[in-house]
Amino acid sequence: MTIGLEHYLTLAAILFTIGVFGIFLNRKNMIIILMSIELMLLAVNINFVAFSSFLGDLAGQVFTMFILTVAAAEAAIGLAILVTFFRMKGSIAVEDISDMKG
Amino acid sequence: MMAFDLVPLFPELFLAVTGMAHLIIGVWRGNHSTHFIFWASAATYVAAALILMGVSWGDAIVLNGMFKFDNFAGFMKLIILLGLLASAALSVKYLDDEGVSRFEYPVLMTFAGIGMMLMVSANNLLALYMALELQSLSLYVLAAFRRGSLQSAEAGVKYFSLGALSSGMILFGISLIYGYTGTLDYGTLSATLLPMQSIPVGITFGLVFLLAGLAFKISAVPFHMWTPDVYQGAPTSVTAFFAIVPKIAAMGLIMRLLFEPFAPVSGQWDQIVWFLSAASMMVGAFAAIVQENIKRLLAYSSIGNMGYALIGIAAVSSTGAGAVVLYLLIYLIMTSGVFAVVLSMRRNGKAVENISDLAGLSQTQPMLAYTMAILMFSMSGIPPMAGFFGKLVIFQAAVDAQMYVLAVLGVVTSVVAAYYYLRIIKVMFFDTPAPAFDGALPFARRAVLTLSVVFVLGFVLRPSLAIVIAKNAAGALFAG
Repeated sequence: MTIGLEHYLTLAAILFTIGVFGIFLNRKNMIIILMSIELMLLAVNINFVAFSSFLGDLAGQVFTMFILTVAAAEAAIGLAILVTFFRMKGSIAVEDISDMKG
Repeated sequence: MMAFDLVPLFPELFLAVTGMAHLIIGVWRGNHSTHFIFWASAATYVAAALILMGVSWGDAIVLNGMFKFDNFAGFMKLIILLGLLASAALSVKYLDDEGVSRFEYPVLMTFAGIGMMLMVSANNLLALYMALELQSLSLYVLAAFRRGSLQSAEAGVKYFSLGALSSGMILFGISLIYGYTGTLDYGTLSATLLPMQSIPVGITFGLVFLLAGLAFKISAVPFHMWTPDVYQGAPTSVTAFFAIVPKIAAMGLIMRLLFEPFAPVSGQWDQIVWFLSAASMMVGAFAAIVQENIKRLLAYSSIGNMGYALIGIAAVSSTGAGAVVLYLLIYLIMTSGVFAVVLSMRRNGKAVENISDLAGLSQTQPMLAYTMAILMFSMSGIPPMAGFFGKLVIFQAAVDAQMYVLAVLGVVTSVVAAYYYLRIIKVMFFDTPAPAFDGALPFARRAVLTLSVVFVLGFVLRPSLAIVIAKNAAGALFAG
């Protein structure tokens, strides 16, 4: 069996879906949400690289580089915000992020 | 055509360089320099607006097709700079009073501003993503700016996690569109989509993901869950900033995206925009009724207002686009005024945010009560205030496009929305007075409030002026 474009796309779609579900179904820990976000972005990267190779067009791989950079910045900011939250609340459980409702 | 020409980028470059200079000054001088950086940033926004008006407003595509300047981009950037200026002016005293006056605040506002200006000029899906992230990353930090407050930190966490989710959805959409069309460039994209007899399902999927992610950014229903919490938790000056500027940039981005590269497949997206618009108007009107916190109320009000603005996009016409631009301008000016009042709600040195705290304001501070009443009448769309004309042109565009359902829904929901705007007036004028608010308004806040009220009242004298300008700006989207 040869590995073709559709295999990469299926893998990326599955990883992306796991990432989305990780954000919504997870009731435990904010770190897991950060990990899920990373997973989503990496799934998109697989998509881009697969399409780029399939189309013989470099723009997709350039896009991947940019996504990796932005993902790093995003993780840094996410963790920083999480640290300020932890300082105030003493916990990073998702169920504790519920001071405001309505 | 794609020469290496940086002239159309001058306003953004100028903001970027001065923003970094302010950052250096801030790091070097510490928080003593916050006031200086605030006023220097405000001056920078004015200077950037002057530079923007100085550059040639002809169509130009530069940076290898990444960046497009046209009438639409120019006008939206002027509105964005106006919003930045207003929010900077509103913030200074509030941050002092709250004891969170730190120099990063104006610098982050400037960087978010650059991102927003690039958003309305993006001419490539990569440029779209990078501009959007520059804006979003700055806004995440601003939401959590008051580190000593649990609510602010929680607002930051919520905004970050849902914002990052929406960025992921936008990216997934972009990757599918790239895969099925083989291009990221707006021009090539529309040229590829135009001759297609049937649209591949991958493009439809990509477009849906892209629109869902962008709907998060303008907080359109059903992607609005973060809005009330973030508006309530963030420091009020940041809430004002969120309500005033990023929405406008995101709407500009959506308009360029839908009317330029995806114009050939308008049949694929106008149903989505129709639904987003109808749902936003209804949730914005009904959910706001039960709110007691004025910041939450304004969050739902902004959701509703984005619903009205989306009507103009769903109409898929140059009239509709012109109506959206005009609506956004009027919305920006009204909201600045309303937040000038909300920021002044302080009692015994502490900010108060409940509607009941406004009780009897007409007796304790009559001027503030009357200006707030004028703004509330305008928000609910009662003639002859500016808000009425904003809604009028939007509904006009909907009727022209024979979207009667959306037009009727818009009128009905604005009647419902009038209830909660008028309730604020009732509380201010007829309820037993609560203790008076602290002191007089600082100069900058008073200036924003005065200009806003003058615009709202004066619009009726020369309505055609703004309508024609907005129409010309939006016309650039349909030129090609």
